[in-house]
Amino acid sequence: MKPVAFKYLKPATVEEATAFLAEYGSEAKILAGGQSMMPMLSMRIARPSVLVDINEIAELTYIRAADDAVAIGSVTRQRRLGDDDLVAEQVPVLASALKCMSHPQIQNRGTVVGSICHGDPAAELPAVAIALGAELTACSQAGTRTIPVAEFYRGYYRNILEPDELVSEVNFPAMLPGCGWSVVEISRRHGDLALAGVASLVAFAGEEIDHVRIACFGLGKAAHRLVDAESLLKGQRTSSELFQEVASLVSSSVKPMDDSHASAEYRRALAAELTQRSLFEAIERAKQGAAS
Amino acid sequence: MNVQSDLDSRQVTVTVNGKQESLEVEGRTTLADMLRQEFHTQGVRVGCEHGVCGSCTILFDGEPMRACLLLAVQADGHEIKTIESMADGNKLHEIQEAFSEKHGLQCGFCTAGIILSVSELLERCPEPTDEQIYEILGGHLCRCTGYQQILQSVRLAADMLLEK
Repeated sequence: MKPVAFKYLKPATVEEATAFLAEYGSEAKILAGGQSMMPMLSMRIARPSVLVDINEIAELTYIRAADDAVAIGSVTRQRRLGDDDLVAEQVPVLASALKCMSHPQIQNRGTVVGSICHGDPAAELPAVAIALGAELTACSQAGTRTIPVAEFYRGYYRNILEPDELVSEVNFPAMLPGCGWSVVEISRRHGDLALAGVASLVAFAGEEIDHVRIACFGLGKAAHRLVDAESLLKGQRTSSELFQEVASLVSSSVKPMDDSHASAEYRRALAAELTQRSLFEAIERAKQGAAS
Repeated sequence: MNVQSDLDSRQVTVTVNGKQESLEVEGRTTLADMLRQEFHTQGVRVGCEHGVCGSCTILFDGEPMRACLLLAVQADGHEIKTIESMADGNKLHEIQEAFSEKHGLQCGFCTAGIILSVSELLERCPEPTDEQIYEILGGHLCRCTGYQQILQSVRLAADMLLEK
């Protein structure tokens, strides 16, 4: 349980960090909060020869308003999602996600962007980011590009980042006025990674569902959107028949895996149940929002 | 792979329990190992070594974190507190007194980390709800007590600190 030896680099700026990544390329790994990377190093699942520690890059710690969005720098700790006024006002679903996530002792160090980049299929933040339509900003010496989180993952713990790129920010679009939200999951103990979970956003125009985004986690190789389920709901009035139809569609369309925690079959059953619970909760919040 | 031959130990300056020291550490050494081996603060228990059990929890710039999920080099310029900072000589801290009073421990392996997490909670939130206490205790595995005595200990500690 000790990491293999590596060269430790501590850039003070994004420019220095991208210079290191340009120099060492795929030999290097980025260390942000380290709440997933450190166990991987200790168990020697990850054996980089160079570690680029971004924790002391002061310019990457922020939560600030952007154009109709909330921008979060990549060294911002997860814990801040729970006590930030801008988050509470514009993207309250993130504070709900935090309640499902790990323990405060982990959130004090773990970063928002790190969780999204790590892309654990059972983690909450990737799914919530996808539901919100969030985008990552990736920097390298060649320049900067924007990547929607929905297009970021390529299977199990894989993403489309180039070895010389550093994600400097995630940008969460502000939720629509009157938009209800929900993050629900089943885990063995509170704070554990989810066996399965569903995040949803719902807004109404009159009695009909006008805007709906559903994303799931723990139900495939990476968090992903449930576009077909969204199509069934859009423009419809709510009814228990409709929810059951959506739930069975989700259950049959997801591709969960068997592992030591739960069987794929059980996860499919959870998918149906959690989809309904998540929609109920989001709709309840949307209606409360409309009434207030 | 010429990088491997270029391993550098680094000089770090770290404040542990109020005392600042400079020393040289290898990049891969975890903070938990440095605290135990170099600072002899052996109240930092090393249990699972991958962030699950919570027994190595320390205060890093005042916030509870896992010492096994931090590198020693990352403590450079930062302030660490371990359980050794709590008692004043032979006089136990109120939280320690409360754990003793309410039997909030049996084997004691998890206790140091719990007490540090609780100290931060009670500083931030002197009258915590049960839910807030559960949230903090959720980050610590205790296989002896079943948590009920720990919960009672935290409640008593909160009362003792308020009366102080």
